[in-house]
Amino acid sequence: MPATESAHVTMPHASATLAEADRLMTLCNSCRYCEGLCAVFPAMEMRRAFPDGDLNYLANLCHGCGACYFDCQFAPPHEFNVNVPRVLAKARADSYATYTWPRALAPMFARNGLAISLVAALCVAAFILGFVGVQDRSVLFGVNTGPGAFFKLMPHRTMVILFGAAFIYALVAMAMEMLIFWRDIGEPRQTLTRSGPLLDAVRDTFRLRYLEGGKMGCFNEDERPTDRRRIYHHLTFYGFLLCFAATCVASVYHYLGREAPYAWYEPPVILGTIGGIGLLIGPAGLLAAKFYRDPDMLDKPRRGMDIAFIAMLFLTSLTGLALLVLRSGPAMGILLAIHLGFVFAFFITMPYGKFVHGLYRFAALIRYAKESRARHNPDVPVVAASAAVTGQGGSRP
Amino acid sequence: MEASEKSHDVLVIGGGNAALCAAISARRAGASVLVLEGAPKFYRGGNTRHTRNMRCAHDSATETLSGPYSEDEFFDDLMRVTQGHTDEDLARFMISQSKEILNWIPEQGVRFQPSLGGTLSLGRTNSFFLGGGRSMLNALYLTAEKLGVDIRYDAEVTDLDIEDSMFLSATVKNGAGPEFIRARTLVAAAGGFEANIEWLKEYWGPPAENFLIRGTPYNRGTVLKMLIERGVQEIGDPTQCHAVAIDARAPKFDGGIITRLDCVVFGIVVNRNCERFYDEGEDIWPKRYAIWGRLVAAQPDQIAYIVFDASSLKLFMPSCFPPIEAQSIGDLAGELELDSSALENTVATFNAAVRPGTFDDKILDDCRTEGISPPKSHWARRIETPPFYAYPVRPGITFTYLGTGVNRDARMLMKDGKPAGNMFAAGEIMAGNVLGRGYAAGIGMTIGSVFGRIAGREAAKNARN
Repeated sequence: MPATESAHVTMPHASATLAEADRLMTLCNSCRYCEGLCAVFPAMEMRRAFPDGDLNYLANLCHGCGACYFDCQFAPPHEFNVNVPRVLAKARADSYATYTWPRALAPMFARNGLAISLVAALCVAAFILGFVGVQDRSVLFGVNTGPGAFFKLMPHRTMVILFGAAFIYALVAMAMEMLIFWRDIGEPRQTLTRSGPLLDAVRDTFRLRYLEGGKMGCFNEDERPTDRRRIYHHLTFYGFLLCFAATCVASVYHYLGREAPYAWYEPPVILGTIGGIGLLIGPAGLLAAKFYRDPDMLDKPRRGMDIAFIAMLFLTSLTGLALLVLRSGPAMGILLAIHLGFVFAFFITMPYGKFVHGLYRFAALIRYAKESRARHNPDVPVVAASAAVTGQGGSRP
Repeated sequence: MEASEKSHDVLVIGGGNAALCAAISARRAGASVLVLEGAPKFYRGGNTRHTRNMRCAHDSATETLSGPYSEDEFFDDLMRVTQGHTDEDLARFMISQSKEILNWIPEQGVRFQPSLGGTLSLGRTNSFFLGGGRSMLNALYLTAEKLGVDIRYDAEVTDLDIEDSMFLSATVKNGAGPEFIRARTLVAAAGGFEANIEWLKEYWGPPAENFLIRGTPYNRGTVLKMLIERGVQEIGDPTQCHAVAIDARAPKFDGGIITRLDCVVFGIVVNRNCERFYDEGEDIWPKRYAIWGRLVAAQPDQIAYIVFDASSLKLFMPSCFPPIEAQSIGDLAGELELDSSALENTVATFNAAVRPGTFDDKILDDCRTEGISPPKSHWARRIETPPFYAYPVRPGITFTYLGTGVNRDARMLMKDGKPAGNMFAAGEIMAGNVLGRGYAAGIGMTIGSVFGRIAGREAAKNARN
């Protein structure tokens, strides 16, 4: 009897991927050697059965560090075929489509790379055409410097309305998506109001604790813990936050009567430049890591989604930095249009691309922090009893 | 026949914990080292693949160990599990050396973590490998590679040229034909013969065909056999192996830890004829699990069935195969292709013999049977709450006890008791010196690391002289 069939799954699942995830979690739960590597396995140990909601939770809790794949004695080519990083990556990507708001836009995830590229191209084209159509050639291709130079090409009010609306839409859509996820995993809303788990999750996110492979390091190419994705992700994540901070500071400046562009030594430019450089190196590193990754761990059909998101971050940053360097020349007008096109496309595709991984993972970390606290505090009941407490099991080969 | 271009100071045969510790320590002592692993890269490491911890003596609690474990306590534990079948001098020496191993192993890149969920009883005595045995192997191989140890996979040794207790060369199977490998010294760390069904049949007869092997198919004992044939002293009972009852649905080889079943004490165990054959509640499970492989091996077709009811389902660690489930004992027998009335009768007889008591699986409780043979001495509760469950079990062979004699330097001893000229042994291939019977969690890895490290160092020294 082949093991893959006999280790059968005892409950119905929405997809073959989730059924496979159930098989793996049941199998892993009888081994538990990986429990020190990340949050997924301790969360698994608190359960005996794996309905879809819990599997989606575990899938989004997984950071794809790869340690469990290379540490597993039952990984392929073993007949048990235990490949947790790949199966959870698939389940994770499927879950993004499941939680899409509005539901009608779920197909955005079907061929996400293509969809994002099209949106980006359309936005860039629209901004260029808009600039060309609205502006006089002499302004568009002329040299504009000094305070308010950008707003000669696009009035500040128009910019605020357009980008404000896009950003608010993205925030609303992502809030809805997060709620759908929260309901699917079956976690009560009250969990979100408790500061302890929330702070734990923030700490784990900012540190990327679960890309450490339990302090052994991460695995990507092979069984050597040489992975640098944690560093590249930090560059990307903090680069993104710095760019966001630059925008916020610039807005405050504007309403204080100081109009962009700003000199290189002013906070918006310094923040934006450092962040922008992070957003070049980080995504480039992540993209390279994607290509070096052991193909066995990859959810190959979904690579387009990862690449599209990485490319969007990279191009948004690249066009922004190009604008900074060339802003006193005649290319400024067109560069501004291109940059704004990418930023706009980035905003409106945030709820429909890889960006959402951060949302669900953060939410999953909050739930894990709650469960983990409960597990270490005997006064609070744990989700499901584990056999760890009986005197009979365990201490044998 | 081709001769290898390069001759090494130390040839290590094997690729598990003991072999890698030997290779690393020989290399660190300045020797050039070649490792021949008979398995392909994925299956490298023999039984180390399936381990998860090692037992080392220590004087105080550490970051990952909850309290001290003295040399004397370790020795007492060893005497208890082996029932005295150990070389006391070598055992005490190994235990004292294990203290250093607790630091040496992390220095080779291996990481420890506190005991795993479900094994809290070992939190004081045993150090767990972060990520388990394969992670440990990955770390050791990486260290060996960085140090410049040469490693070859799929390199099965088919012959050993030994003259007057001196190793001269090894023959390796190669695509083009057999290949000669010369080296100044030999470290044999190639494990036991648990995966060699033909050899097992010499002692167990045809029933061995129905044994399941818990490790890889590469633990064939060919090196052990050649050494014994060429004059090395034999140690340990050749007929004995560590056999436990594992899920009968497990693959023939390499099912590892996840096929284990910890639920014998919660139900009854019947054979193909629906007869009980041993006291399921004789003692706490960690003290009794290791006899069940042999008990099942003695039953017709080497198969048995653990039968229990809904009240016990969540009392033990889940296994990788779900139990077979039915709403009545008769239906359960049908699912198992057993005689329904016979199983119903056995369960009814058992239920009628159960005396009232207070169930507590953490102690030897007072729930027992009266008037049946065999009795169930503890944790006996009526099997009456549907659904009813069963696990089919077969003997699962973990390791064998036969080995080569060694001294404190891990140097092999010849049949006449004299130390070999340039041959050393480490790991399961010589474990019988210390562990002549029984088992204590993590002790195989202790033997491997302690004697591997010594064998490598001594082989390097020997190669220089």
